[in-house]
Amino acid sequence: MIKERINVPSRDPEIRAKDFLEVSTGFTTEQARAEALRCLNCKNPPCVKGCPVGVPIPSFISAVAKGEEEEAIKIIKSANSLPAVCGRVCPQEEQCEKLCVCNKLGAPISIGGLERYVADISLSKDNVEEKPQLNGKKAAIIGSGPAGLTCAGELAKAGFKVTVYEAFHKAGGVMVYGIPEFRLPKKLVEKEINGLRALGVEFKFNIVVGKTIMLEDLLEENDAVFIGTGAGLPSFQGIKGENLNGVYSANEYLTRVNLMGAYDKNSSTPLVVGEKVAVIGAGNVAMDSARTALRLGAKEVTIVYRRGFEEMPARKDEIAHAKEEGIKFAILTNPSQILGTKKVEGMLCLKMELGEADSSGRGRPVPIEGSQFVMECDQVIVAVGTSPNPLLKNSCPSLSTGRKGVLIVDETGKTSMDKVYAGGDAVTGSATVILAMGAGKNAAKNIIKVCK
Amino acid sequence: MNRILRKRTLAPNVTEYVIEANDIVRYAKAGQFVIVRVTEDGERVPFTICHSDKKNKTITLLVQTVGYSTSVMETLSEGDCVADLVGPLGNPTDLSAYKNILLICGGIGVAVIYPQAEQLFLQNKKSDVIIGARSENLLVYKSELAACSKNLYIMTNDGSVGEKGFVTDKLKELIEKESYDCVFAVGPLPMMKAVCEITKEINLPTIVSMNSIMVDGTGMCGCCRVTVGGETKYACVDGPEFDGLKVDFDEAINRSTYYREIEENHRCRLRGKKDD
Repeated sequence: MIKERINVPSRDPEIRAKDFLEVSTGFTTEQARAEALRCLNCKNPPCVKGCPVGVPIPSFISAVAKGEEEEAIKIIKSANSLPAVCGRVCPQEEQCEKLCVCNKLGAPISIGGLERYVADISLSKDNVEEKPQLNGKKAAIIGSGPAGLTCAGELAKAGFKVTVYEAFHKAGGVMVYGIPEFRLPKKLVEKEINGLRALGVEFKFNIVVGKTIMLEDLLEENDAVFIGTGAGLPSFQGIKGENLNGVYSANEYLTRVNLMGAYDKNSSTPLVVGEKVAVIGAGNVAMDSARTALRLGAKEVTIVYRRGFEEMPARKDEIAHAKEEGIKFAILTNPSQILGTKKVEGMLCLKMELGEADSSGRGRPVPIEGSQFVMECDQVIVAVGTSPNPLLKNSCPSLSTGRKGVLIVDETGKTSMDKVYAGGDAVTGSATVILAMGAGKNAAKNIIKVCK
Repeated sequence: MNRILRKRTLAPNVTEYVIEANDIVRYAKAGQFVIVRVTEDGERVPFTICHSDKKNKTITLLVQTVGYSTSVMETLSEGDCVADLVGPLGNPTDLSAYKNILLICGGIGVAVIYPQAEQLFLQNKKSDVIIGARSENLLVYKSELAACSKNLYIMTNDGSVGEKGFVTDKLKELIEKESYDCVFAVGPLPMMKAVCEITKEINLPTIVSMNSIMVDGTGMCGCCRVTVGGETKYACVDGPEFDGLKVDFDEAINRSTYYREIEENHRCRLRGKKDD
């Protein structure tokens, strides 16, 4: 009775590598129902424990199996306010699917694929969400990324009058400036945000809290404030040549393309497309940058990573997608200098080998003596991580921060300041959409409790 | 929102805008900047807040038409709105440590210098000001500066007004006889570089304001990086003002040219559209 897992279909790599349309096409109804029928509907489902927001996974899957998609979306939405996003970008293989009992029988249920299937059906219909009754409490959310939006949704549902403050001119945070269109269509993010608007959440754009208004101002007007400002500060390696023309932080590169629309040659935001592009780093952001460069017309794009494939922080699926599309990989390679006088003319690299495991549990990369070589490239995108933006903290010294500027919170999500909560990358440093959502949800729960 | 209340041309390609800015004026201080998106599909461009009027809730921007977005802005009229306006960003100017300051401006650097001259005047610390331009018709805020400076020195390349020469000529002359404790110079990168080359020789503290290319203006993209004393700084959050004696101007000049070609193409298209 155990049938083989049905994987979410994706478009032909040769075609998709030339456009910005979504790579994965999602389940058909038949595929979704067949995959849903594989679920064992465990009484004590381990998958749910793997979900940072606790989606009642078996219940929604059994609704899909019965063809009751409307019921399924209600079940998902009871726990997850951004299912169309999560169905696409959650690392399910590290979370729910990792714990799925079917792993022992072959392969886990495609929980992400099913979530996406249900969410997309729901988004294609005009659902009128009922506005909850207001409870007289007010909350301000700083940042409209996954943490902020989740917290906003939960608080609005509980009757709070919620206002979201966003520094950019568009809501979505990393979902609009960072994750590319071909992985997460911006229309979907917009629809999810409209869902929040329908719940009564108000959005204020072009407001940088800590500059335009102060945290203290928000505290005067609100019963609670949630900080979901993410980890937007790009790290560089500190090697020579990083300020040459042609070196982009992944943040800048992706923001120009995604948020500012520079994938369109007529866009008023300029972008220089390299011929031979080197992307330093091997996380999801590195894969996104590399695949974006390829789509923009770069002739050759290489991921340069100091460890091996096994150690790459990116999702396995994304690495596979990148390979299929023709991205090259220079593993066990570490850049030591970007060459050029005005523009990037190449990159000096060292070959590495892995030594004993370091604190991350991965082998420590050690340079091989005499292995120096020049990699040909005319553009470098640095994707070696980000840390929280100190802008808000600098305007409000009573907020306690830890290493790399992360905000310190207790288990309820509360910061060192009264009535001020925080969650997501601003607290953890750069992580995933779903972890940020989990944190937003946890903080909302505690805000609701305290404000009663 | 973001309505242009007044627009006047001060010089060829230099326009002064007074824009409704309800949210921005509350904490705005001299030296800070805003990011403007002129139209819904526009890019994000930084402009110094030349003046913020807390009572009328307006800010004044001086805009030099140099690229695509500024050309689009030029097409707007009083009553029109810019799509987005965000700020105040960056750090305010702080000259409190100095007593005898020489202000130098070229081009629309006057947008940064004028509010300082005014403030120093109000603090009874009247300053000497050198203003430079290619020609008389390109000088802006001349009378405003004259009203609040101790001495206003005008330098033009063609000698059409003031003295013939560069701001640096006047600088060399003044530092011979005056005892300034600080120079605050704002203008095109080559001008700031030339000023710093002179002041460095006598180790005279010099502050410059960097007009780097930016996207978000909040530290997120790293596009505006500037090397100061061998360290990488972000003009948007660490600046825009830096110790001019430590700034790597050659790198900054190089970085400022990165999009010039694309920018030129965009502008040609815009001109093409106008001609249609």
